[in-house]
Amino acid sequence: MNNRIINWFKFASPQTFYPLAGKLIPWFWALTAAFGLAGLYIGFFVAPTDAQQGEGYRIIFIHVPASWLSMFIYLIMAFWAALGLGFNTRLSGMMASALAPTGALMAFLSLWTGALWGKPMWGTWWVWDARLTSELILFFLYLGFIALQSAIDDARRADRAGAVLALVGVVNIPIIYFSVKWWNTLHQGASVSLTKSPSMAQTMLWGMLLMALAFWMYSIAVSLTRVRAIILERERHAGWVEELQELKS
Amino acid sequence: MNWNSASEFFAMGGHALYVWGSYGACLLLMVVEPILAQVRRSNALTELRREVCARKESQDET
Repeated sequence: MNNRIINWFKFASPQTFYPLAGKLIPWFWALTAAFGLAGLYIGFFVAPTDAQQGEGYRIIFIHVPASWLSMFIYLIMAFWAALGLGFNTRLSGMMASALAPTGALMAFLSLWTGALWGKPMWGTWWVWDARLTSELILFFLYLGFIALQSAIDDARRADRAGAVLALVGVVNIPIIYFSVKWWNTLHQGASVSLTKSPSMAQTMLWGMLLMALAFWMYSIAVSLTRVRAIILERERHAGWVEELQELKS
Repeated sequence: MNWNSASEFFAMGGHALYVWGSYGACLLLMVVEPILAQVRRSNALTELRREVCARKESQDET
């Protein structure tokens, strides 16, 4: 068995990553809880009532984090997919597959909370404008990625097909992000921008950033749990899997 | 403090349906997704245990 020889260049092998992920997951859950509780406290009890939107604006504390994460997770997923495509590394494809459902969840939450925010503020659940439509396309890209991968039995081929789809879909991310600038839209402009100071009260901004961190930590925790499941599914014929303590209990 | 009473808090200034509809969906999905991921892993482990047992038995026979 040559897997007894430690290869220092293979830190990212499923064998070393599986126990590492297991150790990290509780920490990410703790961070999720800490950031989430702080964010909710600020969002509901510290941030003042909005002058125009009343209490309805408090949806922002989940709408904006979910939207950011839906785009961010897609970029990370495409990054792993590209890495897998270029270097044929096993773990990359597993990471991409593990991220897709969480990304889809974030895109769905972004659309759902957006609809519930749009109804009282714009008077409609949905409009076919650039921002909303491109976010819907992002949701469908996630679903398409998941469906495509599950339609192909051979895991490595599924990885490659999914990677091509993920990379083509990357073009949608700047479209979502800049849609409010490029087109006239009902959707308001960016809440936070790198070039100018935020257009909202400090406390609202802090609540939003803390919730974004909570959503981020949540995404890491849940996708690490899923990647561990995927490693077990795909590596079941590897010697190291049989040696796992969890298997003996 | 923004709220004088619990009922005022839950009323959300008349936007209760929209605010709690958003937070409720978020909470529900974020509870269900980790459970599904955990179930997937324990299913994989059960499957593995079965495979390892089967392999050992077939080794014993030969």
